[in-house]
Amino acid sequence: MIPSKFDYYSPATLQEALSLLSEYGDDAKVLAGGQSLVSLLKLRLASPRCLVDLGSIGNLSYIHEDGADNLLIGAMTRYAEIAESKLIAEKCPLLRQTALVVGDVQVRNRGTLGGSLAHADPAGDMPAAILALKADLKATGPKRDRWIKSEDFFLGMYATALEANEILTEVRVPVLNDRQSAYLKAARRPSDFAMVGIAVCLKRAKNGTCEDVGLGVTGITDKPYRPQHVEAKLRGQKLDPAAIGAVAQSITEGIDVNGNIHASPEFRAHLAGVYLSRAIQAAIGS
Amino acid sequence: MQVKVKINGKEYQDDVEPRMLLVHFIREKARLTGTHIGCDTGNCGACTVLFNGRTIKSCLMLAVQANGAEIMTIEGLSTNGLHPIQDAFLEKFGFQCGYCTSGMILSAYVLLQSNPQPTDHEIREALEGNLCMCTGYQQIVESISYAATKMKEAGK
Repeated sequence: MIPSKFDYYSPATLQEALSLLSEYGDDAKVLAGGQSLVSLLKLRLASPRCLVDLGSIGNLSYIHEDGADNLLIGAMTRYAEIAESKLIAEKCPLLRQTALVVGDVQVRNRGTLGGSLAHADPAGDMPAAILALKADLKATGPKRDRWIKSEDFFLGMYATALEANEILTEVRVPVLNDRQSAYLKAARRPSDFAMVGIAVCLKRAKNGTCEDVGLGVTGITDKPYRPQHVEAKLRGQKLDPAAIGAVAQSITEGIDVNGNIHASPEFRAHLAGVYLSRAIQAAIGS
Repeated sequence: MQVKVKINGKEYQDDVEPRMLLVHFIREKARLTGTHIGCDTGNCGACTVLFNGRTIKSCLMLAVQANGAEIMTIEGLSTNGLHPIQDAFLEKFGFQCGYCTSGMILSAYVLLQSNPQPTDHEIREALEGNLCMCTGYQQIVESISYAATKMKEAGK
């Protein structure tokens, strides 16, 4: 399978990349690691007139602290780098736990955090973690940067709050101490997309009850989402299986649950509740 | 568009269309046909090569993205006869049709670099991006385990 023809640019600076986007508008696609986009090009599900490859822009891949209790991660940081980072393992294990189960080894060696988020696959893994962590995403435009909350970023299937002339350049993750976390997904094979994926970032009080929790859900509907009503129900609760089970099934409340040959809407909704319970237990045991 | 890549230590330069996939560059421009095209959708891993030291699927990359990179294909694994992993695949019946083998061996090669004595489970995890349609996984895992032992004995 061969992609249709396109103009290819490999700008050396972010400014050049942004001018190309301003020039081509919706006819341009930004290429990061290519693990989703190159497939779409080959299947001709995407036929952009212009491809702007971020691969030659040197300063988009990094993981460091900002001195204000945040981790800053460059958009071109690859899954494998996130999975191998000591800083991430120490300060934000949920990102490591999630990066480790994205795709397979080869995909993790190429695919990027920013690519996954900007592509906004309804079953992508990283979006779930980013939602549970209440991270912020930096959109760089021709004139200014703006920060978008993760819960406002995903608008629908492959649709985000990014404008056509903006590039997602950085993810800011709050460093949360005393947190326990897990990302669990149900997939037919480990390297497949999630039928259901649940990210949990949990803080327990001394008596074991839930003091605070962030949740991210993927694979269920047209976009990854943060079920704030479930977070609210869990806060203050004892986290025994019965209490978790009592709120778990409400995770798909008000959500239009997808069905396909792998899982009917009913089964998927059931899986979501089961996986939420398991992910919370896994976080407690982490 | 000009692309220059180093494959197995040798430089290849050509004028290609931006839409040319890296796997086609390797097979058709460099004429290294040990890298296979299996599913062509990024699932099977038959097109696995080492890209700056890490395994990637060369059907999920444009040749132009590889400009300036160092690539190793199955042909570059050994300059002197067969590599111990290749020997092990022969000895332990690690392939039937052979289509997935180059990818399997390169994934195994990278695994053994960082983990010279992997458990069977670790071997299976390292091969998650490589599919065998003959379903000979058991022998593939045995081959890699055997190669690990042989390489340790030989001090390689």
